[in-house]
Order: sequence, then C-alpha cells, then structure tokens
Amino acid sequence: MILINSLDFGYSKHKVFENLNLTFDEGKIYGLLGLNGAGKSTLLYLMGGLLFADNGKVEFNGFDMRERNPRALADLFFVPEEFELPDVKFETYIKLHAPFYPNFSRETLDRCLSGFGMDTSCRLNRLSMGQKKKAFMCFALAANTGLLIMDEPTNGLDIPSKSQFRQVVSSCMTDERTIIISTHQVRDVENLIDHITIINDKQIVFNRSVADITDRLVFTDARFGQRPEGAIYAQPSSVGEQVVMPRGGEQETPLNIELLFNAVLAEREKVATIFA
Amino acid sequence: MDFKESKPIYLQIVDRICNEIVTGKYPENERIPSVREYAAIVEVNANTVVRSYDFLQSGDVIFNRRGIGYFVSEGAIEKITAMRRESFMNEQLAEFFDEIDMLRIPIETIVELYKKRNKQ
Repeated sequence: MILINSLDFGYSKHKVFENLNLTFDEGKIYGLLGLNGAGKSTLLYLMGGLLFADNGKVEFNGFDMRERNPRALADLFFVPEEFELPDVKFETYIKLHAPFYPNFSRETLDRCLSGFGMDTSCRLNRLSMGQKKKAFMCFALAANTGLLIMDEPTNGLDIPSKSQFRQVVSSCMTDERTIIISTHQVRDVENLIDHITIINDKQIVFNRSVADITDRLVFTDARFGQRPEGAIYAQPSSVGEQVVMPRGGEQETPLNIELLFNAVLAEREKVATIFA
Repeated sequence: MDFKESKPIYLQIVDRICNEIVTGKYPENERIPSVREYAAIVEVNANTVVRSYDFLQSGDVIFNRRGIGYFVSEGAIEKITAMRRESFMNEQLAEFFDEIDMLRIPIETIVELYKKRNKQ
C-alpha cells in the first residue's frame, strides 16, 4: 500500500502539490489522469523515491520513500515515459538486473515477450523506441513487484501492441499487486483500470473506483437539441452530444473516461455532489 | 475484443461467453477459463469478469467448484436461450413496438409479413 500524507512539492517557486493526500491499495489498477503539467509524472517520481517531498511523506509498505530502503525498492518497479537502456544484450541485462527483484519470474518475461512477438536474443540499443518500451515493460511485469508504476505506457506502441499490452497487464495482475498507469491515451486503458484518480490544480480532484463511477453516472448520447434534463456535462459529438448524467434508475453504461475527465474539470462541484 | 458503447462491458462479456457455450466451444460440465485468464483474453480488468461470472452463476449457466474453477452447467444452452428470450421480450420487442407505433405500421401488417416469410 502507498500512503501519501500532506504532501507539498514544488520546483523552486512553482508549487506542484499542496497538502496532497492519497492512498493506493493492493489488487487494483489505477489510472492517473491530469492535464499536461498537472504533476502526474512528478507524483510518480515522488512515489519512486526519485524526488523528495518538501513537506509531508510518501510511504510504501511502511517505508518512507525518501530513505530509498533497498527492501522497498526491491518491491517497486518504475517504467518512465522515456528511458535509456544500456548497450548490452537483453540476456546480459536480465542477468544483471533480475537479482534485484526477489520475485522475478523468467517464465512471465518469456510469456510477455512472446505476446509481443519478441525474445531475449536482441541487443537493447539496437531496438526501435517502441520495441525498447515493450522489452522494458515485459521486464517490469516479470519483476513481479508489489508496486508497478508506468508513465504513458502505450505511447509509441503500434496498434496491435496496445491490445497486447492490455492482455499482458491483465494476465500479470494479482490481488497482491498495485499497478499505477499514468496516461493521456485513455482509450488504451479504458476497460483495464479499476480506479480513476485525477490531478488538477495542485490537488486530487477526483478519486473513485470504476464500479462506483458506473454505479452513479451514465455516459450517453443525446441527439441535437435533446439534452436530457439533469445532465451534468455535455460535449458535442457526431450525432449531437455526449452527456454525463446521474444514473438514477437507468441501465448502467460503460465508462467513458474522456467524457468523465472533461466533466470533472469543467463541473467539479456538480460531479462531487453525485458522489457525496 | 471490440466493445459497444451502450451496453455495460460485463454484460457484453456475458453475451460473448454465452455464444461460446451455445456454439460448443465450452461444453456442458467442462471448465471455462479462470477469471484472470478470461480477463486477459478480452483485455479487461479482472473485476469486470468477476461480475460477468457472478451474473452467469446466478443464472445457473456456470457453477463454481471451490478451488478448481468455473464449469458450464448441465442444460446451460437451454438456460441461455431462456435468458435471451426474456431479454428479447423485455427490451428489443418493446423498442420494436415503439418504432412501429411511431411509423404507424399496424401490427396486422407485421403479422402478415411474418407469415409470408415463413411460407417461403
């Protein structure tokens, strides 16, 4: 479990977070959303012990991440949006890095890689950007850490790989793991995540499970000029409008993350009252 | 798996599993994939598949053998047909009636067309 307690953080004078409180539980896949510059990556870096809070604390399994305790780091894997891999063979990389992760599974690694049509015979630096990302993500999943953080994991993946990404993440998930995915490509993860956390203006502005969201809100299409009464938020679409409404007695609808995100940013108070 | 916009994902997965049972991919009394396996197949969160399996279990289409997994019930195909008949009567047929009312098509015309079709 990760506990973020009264966190303040800023880059020199520019405040990114003020008194931020947040918890991440086991057994869930979190989608972390926010506008460009909202602080998604900063929050992930703070959780990974790569940045230090000005005030407050980030705790992972009882360890203060500021201490970078090896026992905490052995149970955590972070896949940044952009990264460099050393100029070695993939096999060498595995030999050097797998020992840091006590639950590392070679079987998982081979299974994930073969899903992407890859194996470990390559040299890491000769791979394209997308291939590198796949290789590193497979290694990350195989590390079997309690916490897996991925920043924009589907960026740069080709079309079939996005579907493969969902398959491998879904198959590697367990009740003991926490996976946090920060992304703008919401369609890529729409049915994969359990929980949505939205950061805006130095704060957490929305933090709910998908079950809770689809229980209380419906995402539906309305024809031109026929916006239903009680709509919280509407945006134009090809047939008229896409609308977010309180569910009431209506049939449940699938979650539309893009619409939810826009609704939360535009009508935060109205959305909050639905969940009050 | 490609999902439609309007129907809850877990019910779309229910439909998919029902089709697989009806077409014989998962025969009666045989094991179906675990929740995690099925979640990976359709690329969704495992909790969504848990809901689908709960739904199918409450309809006696599948049953759970503790520690072993989920199995297709005896007579599952008939149960699926009954379930679908009920949802057709409650949903599609109601929409159909609304539509013919709006277009002012008498039900007799529909009955005639139906009889003609069955003679061919």
